[in-house]
Amino acid sequence: MDLPDLSAFDAARLLNEGQCSSVELTRACLERIERVEPRVRAFVTVLADQALDSARQADQARAQGKIASPLMGVPVAVKDNMCMRDAPTTCSSKILENFIPPYDATVVQRLTAAGMVVVGKTNLDEFAMGSSTENSGLFTTHNPWDLERAPGGSSGGSTAAVAAGEALLALGSDTGGSIRQPASLCGLVGLKPTYGRVSRYGLVAFASSLDQIGPITRTARDAALLMNVIGGHDPLDSTSWPEPAPNYCEGLDRGVRGLRIGVPKEYFIEGIDPEVEAAVRQAIEQFAALGAEAAEVSLPTMPYAIPTYYICATAEASSNLARYDGAHYGLRVEGADNIIDMFSRTRAQGFGAEVKRRIMLGTYALSAGFYDAYYMKGLKARTLFKRDFERAFEKCDVILGPTTPTPAFQLGEKVDDPIQMYLCDIFTTPANLAGNPALSIPCGFSAAGLPIGLQLIAPLFDEARLLQTAHAFEQATDYHKARANLAAD
Amino acid sequence: MSPDPKATDAALSREEVEHVALLARLELGEREIEEYASILNRILGHFKKLEELDTEGVPPTSHPAPIANVFREDAARPSLSVDEALANAPDSEAGCFKVPPVIQEY
Repeated sequence: MDLPDLSAFDAARLLNEGQCSSVELTRACLERIERVEPRVRAFVTVLADQALDSARQADQARAQGKIASPLMGVPVAVKDNMCMRDAPTTCSSKILENFIPPYDATVVQRLTAAGMVVVGKTNLDEFAMGSSTENSGLFTTHNPWDLERAPGGSSGGSTAAVAAGEALLALGSDTGGSIRQPASLCGLVGLKPTYGRVSRYGLVAFASSLDQIGPITRTARDAALLMNVIGGHDPLDSTSWPEPAPNYCEGLDRGVRGLRIGVPKEYFIEGIDPEVEAAVRQAIEQFAALGAEAAEVSLPTMPYAIPTYYICATAEASSNLARYDGAHYGLRVEGADNIIDMFSRTRAQGFGAEVKRRIMLGTYALSAGFYDAYYMKGLKARTLFKRDFERAFEKCDVILGPTTPTPAFQLGEKVDDPIQMYLCDIFTTPANLAGNPALSIPCGFSAAGLPIGLQLIAPLFDEARLLQTAHAFEQATDYHKARANLAAD
Repeated sequence: MSPDPKATDAALSREEVEHVALLARLELGEREIEEYASILNRILGHFKKLEELDTEGVPPTSHPAPIANVFREDAARPSLSVDEALANAPDSEAGCFKVPPVIQEY
C-alpha cells in the first residue's frame, strides 16, 4: 500500500520506527494531490509550503525525542469553515473568498500543538448548507469511488480528500449529518461527537446549537486518535463541556459481547435502497455473531426529523449569517449610497441560492406572527427527540441503522430539488437535534461498487462506546480496508 | 403584512416574500421573488407535517448541552490589535470600519 493510503495509525508507526519521515509522508500526499486533484477537486486551498515546514518541524522534534502526540507528523486536511491564521477561510462562499482569519480555531491550534501537518483546506457546500458540495460557491467535489457521483456533504471535500489519499485523515463539521453522510458515501469513518465535546471556537457558525466538529478517518482507531487531539474543554467556547474527554484509545479492544444494540424500525423506511438495507441487516447479524444482543427500540418522533431540523437550523442560520454585511470583512458591493442598500446588495451577490433560501426560510420562521407556528413548534419537537433517545437508551446501549437512504447519487441528480436533497439527512439529523454522539462506518458495497455506511448512535458523552463498537466491527470485516484507487488510473 | 396566527395555513404571498427579504437584507430581483415564493411555499408545505405532532405541554429545547451560565473572571486578556481587526475590512479610516451613510437627510 502506498504511504498516502495507510491508516494514520499505521503511518504513525512507520514514523516512530524511523521507516519514513514526516517530510516523505507529506510529500507523498502532496504528490497524490497533484495527480488526482484535477479530477477530485477536494481542496479550496493546498498549503504545500506550510505543510512541508510543519513536517520538517515534526521530524526535528522526533529526532530530539520530543513526541507531541501519537499523530505527530501525520498529514491532515481541514474543512474550510474552520479558521486558520494567515490562510484563507472561505466557507466555499463568494462572500468570504478573500477572508484571512487573524486567529486559529481551537481545533486547528490543537492539531498544530499535536505536531500534525495541515495539508490544506477542503471544499464544502457553502457555509456547510448542503449534502453534495454542489452548493459550494466555488466548485463541486467529485466522489473518488465514482467521479460522476457526489461525495456527499457538506464535508464532501474532507471525505473526498481522505478517500483519494490526499490526506490520511481530516476534520469535518456536522450540523445535520455533514460528517456522517459524506463519510458513508466515501467509504470512511465519520464521527459527530456529543454537542459540546469539541470546541466550536473558530468554526464559522451555521446553526450554533447543532454544529459540532469531528474526525473523518479510515478506521475507528484513527478517529479515536484524532479525538484525543481535538476533544475536551475549551474556555473560549461557552458551550464546551467542562468535563475532560477520556482517552479514546483505551478500551478500544473491549469488544461487543453483551452489548445491547437497538434497531429502531423507523430507520427502515419506505424508499430506502434495498442494497443499503441488506448491508445494514447483514451488519446486525455480524454484531450478533460477535456476541451483541439485538434490542427492539422505537424513535417515534423520527418521521418529523426533517421539518424540525430545517426549522431550527435555518432560524439559527438566518441570525448567524447576519454578520456578513460588507462592513467588517469579506465582500462589499460598491456603489450603494446608504448602508441598507450596501448590506442588501452585498448579501444578494455574495451568497449562493441555497444559502439565500435558508436565510429566507429562517427569517420567515422567526418573524412576527409566525414564530410560534414554526420556530417554537420546532423547539418543542426537539424536546421530543431528546425524550425518544432517553427512552431508547433505557433498553439498549447503542442504536444502529443506515447512515443514508442510498449510496452516492449522481452529481446533478438532486441539486435542483432542495426537498430531495434535504431528505438525504433523514437518518442523521435526530442526533444533532438531541446532541447525541453518532458515527458512520463502512459496512458494505453496492453492486456498482459504491460504499455503504451504517450509523451508530450512543448516549450523551459516550463517543468511546461508538468507537469500541465500530472497532469491533472492523476487526471482523474488511470494508474499511478498501481504497478508491484513483491513483492507479 | 398582517400577522396571521394560523400561519401554516397561509401560502406565502409575493408581498410577504418581499417583506422577508427586507428583514433578511437580501436584494431580490423580480424573477427571484417569483422563484422564492414558489420554492418557499413548497418547503413550507413539507414542514406542515409538523402540525400532526402533539407538543401540548412540551417545553422547548433551544440547546442540547446541559450547561447554563458559564462565568469567568473579568480579567484583561490580549486581543486583536486595531490593524489586525481592520485587515479584512473592505474600507477603513482612522482606525474605524468605514461604511456608506447610516442616517441621511431627506
